[in-house]
Amino acid sequence: MGEAIVVTSGKGGVGKTTTSANVGTVLALQGKKVCLVDTDIGLRNLDVVMGLENRIIYDLVDVAQGRCKLNQALVKDKRFECLSLLPAAQTTDKDSIQPDQMKKIIDTLKADFDYIIIDCPAGIERGFKNAVAGADHAIVVTTPEISSVRDADRIIGLLEQEKQVSPPRLIINRIRQHLLKSGEMLEIDEIMNILAIDLIGIVIDDDGVISSSNKGEPIALNPSSKAAMAYRNIGRRILGETVPLMDLDEKQGFFHRVKALLGMR
Amino acid sequence: MPATQSLVTIKGRKDGLVLVMNEACAYRDLLIELKEKLAASTNLNKNGPVISVKIEMGNRYIDADQRDQLKQIIHSYDHLKVEEIHSNVLTYAELDKIKEQEKMVTMVRIVRSGQVLSVQGNLLLIGDVNPGGVISASGNIYVLGSLRGVASAGQGEDRKDAVIVASIMAPTQLKIGVTMSRNERNTAEVLTERHMFECAYLDEHIGKIVIDRIQTTMKKGNLPFTLNKM
Repeated sequence: MGEAIVVTSGKGGVGKTTTSANVGTVLALQGKKVCLVDTDIGLRNLDVVMGLENRIIYDLVDVAQGRCKLNQALVKDKRFECLSLLPAAQTTDKDSIQPDQMKKIIDTLKADFDYIIIDCPAGIERGFKNAVAGADHAIVVTTPEISSVRDADRIIGLLEQEKQVSPPRLIINRIRQHLLKSGEMLEIDEIMNILAIDLIGIVIDDDGVISSSNKGEPIALNPSSKAAMAYRNIGRRILGETVPLMDLDEKQGFFHRVKALLGMR
Repeated sequence: MPATQSLVTIKGRKDGLVLVMNEACAYRDLLIELKEKLAASTNLNKNGPVISVKIEMGNRYIDADQRDQLKQIIHSYDHLKVEEIHSNVLTYAELDKIKEQEKMVTMVRIVRSGQVLSVQGNLLLIGDVNPGGVISASGNIYVLGSLRGVASAGQGEDRKDAVIVASIMAPTQLKIGVTMSRNERNTAEVLTERHMFECAYLDEHIGKIVIDRIQTTMKKGNLPFTLNKM
């Protein structure tokens, strides 16, 4: 029996879809059977980020309304045998599916997969309720901005009311080191003070995330980037390993230290 | 009871009049005599400064309608003002209401954005109030944690003596009774500031909510009534 993890944030544009794609990918890299479920009906993106858009034949709404079998709608990833995607419909909206239908679909998937990653749409309305209905665990994504922390707080409050979901865990996304250092960005400690939930990972803002999602290849596949390492760490923590948080300070090279000594920086 | 003994006794005091009502006679007789007595005292009809009136009912129960009736009779004289109607008797319903007002409701939780926590009585919250969260109580509010949202004390009956105390005081808005105050600092600054153990109360002289360290407030000696009681 697998675990269903919903990735949510309240606010839009903080990186739910990117996080879902990458967390799914790293779990698949570890050899787990993973199914990504896009619940953002009408504004589907996860298929694009995964580079699987042109393989979609049926979608979530087709399954819910009985136009196809669940297996027919699953899109196999081109890189991993063990990674599948259940895409959202693009032509209808969020009201075309009910939370209990969603729960039934997730429960069926749990029999076949180790992990089901549910990508939640922004907002707290029907789309959110659909996404949370079948989830056992929740990951809340936030960025170090007041508005996004505020929305994360609201979402955590709503998740705490969902009895079947275990206490949510937090990913702080899009951390910019130079803003953090100059004190212009909310510090991680401050965010943790307000939200008061377990931290499961921090991800540094990386230009590579944008280019790789344009290419349809999750950045986690490219181990040289810091964001990829962050996602891999998150994956290991989901699997129950204890991994220390990434050191945010960039290691300064010999040349930098000489420069600093000479007072050039 | 001899009929000659008066049912209403008017006593003059430094701070106004005290009407002592007989507690054993019929209420109707009491009203008749009260009207007669007031009409008889000719100097009450003269213009003068406003005199405050305290009515002492003894061991007689009087309900809200009767209170209004008494007030009406006395307020028909322009410069008389009822300050207080005191009776030694309470109904169970009234007692319950007082108990409700004075009880302490203890909660252990985080009030997150969009959540509302509203209680009758005094609220002791062990946990934080995050920005966007709202807490409200008919009495005082004590937060063992950081108060970053909206807190309203003394709600319902406009209790001006209510106080709000928090371990970390960084609210977006405070309300005591009907008086409101808001934080002028911007949100990012508030998050980093550490205002430890501060108390908000309504300063009746300036009609504004004042936030101060509890020690400073004590030194000034103008501790609000509620805290003085403790």
